[in-house]
Amino acid sequence: MWKFLLPFAAFVALVVLFAFGLNPNRDIHSLPSPLVGKPAPEFALSDVLDPTRTVSNAKLKGQVYVLNVWATWCVACREEQGALLAIARQHAVPIIGLDYKDNQDKAKLWLTQLGNPYTAVPFDGDGRTAIDWGVYGAPETYLVDTQGRIIFKFISPITQEVWQKEFLPRIAAARSGT
Amino acid sequence: MRFRAMLPAAALLCALQSPAQQPAPLDDHGQLRNPVLQTRFERITKELRCLQCQNESIADSNAELAADLRRQVREMLVAGQSDAAIFSFMTDRYGEFVRFAPPWSPKSSLIWGAPFFVLLVGGLIVFRVARQRSRMPLDE
Repeated sequence: MWKFLLPFAAFVALVVLFAFGLNPNRDIHSLPSPLVGKPAPEFALSDVLDPTRTVSNAKLKGQVYVLNVWATWCVACREEQGALLAIARQHAVPIIGLDYKDNQDKAKLWLTQLGNPYTAVPFDGDGRTAIDWGVYGAPETYLVDTQGRIIFKFISPITQEVWQKEFLPRIAAARSGT
Repeated sequence: MRFRAMLPAAALLCALQSPAQQPAPLDDHGQLRNPVLQTRFERITKELRCLQCQNESIADSNAELAADLRRQVREMLVAGQSDAAIFSFMTDRYGEFVRFAPPWSPKSSLIWGAPFFVLLVGGLIVFRVARQRSRMPLDE
């Protein structure tokens, strides 16, 4: 009996392993962030559109907000721009657009030509704030709760569908939790 | 106008005061002047994964993120931070995956232990088959 059962069990185990490992919907390049559940790293950076203005996330404490990491060199960011503009029009939460290792003039041009979905656009020219947030590419989108904790990180371009499925329920929960 | 004219003088004064006593930590080739720090730098950056190009270390990678992380490691070394502090700075932000050899933990013991486990199981099978065969008559 064991002689037949054991190989069969091993076969089933392999199938399960492959079903998980070879799942085409699983992005092997997106890594879970250890910062989820931790306080969002603080920053105070100048704004791309108005360099005299300092954008600091300490001022956002008590509010649920989104931090979207983008840059003009990032092809996928152009892809998500339309969705971001549509999301911004709903005025659900403030969207902070961290401009990651970019050229300030190009960034300005991008925002005036393609539209600006952001409530503020902190300029992270040397990428130090991005390191603190564990950014390893663009676009990346973080959700921060009223206590200033990162509660969700989404890697790859955001879409309306992702916004509705992943973000809105979490935003509602974060608001009702306090 | 007068203020503007004074600026170069002020800059010169600053230049004369500070860097002369304390040489920059990097030489012209971008290496740390202190050889002890440079060897530590090389060892640490080989141990850290570049997350943009996941099979390269930040020592080998040309990605921008790798350059930024090398800068970070250099600065922390110059500031006198320990290797452990640098590694935990990285894992706090990027997770255990940033290290090529994650330290021993209940979760990572599965990875470290798997080869030995497979070897043990395989060895047992070979041993049993070999023993069975040796008991069989030669002409069957």
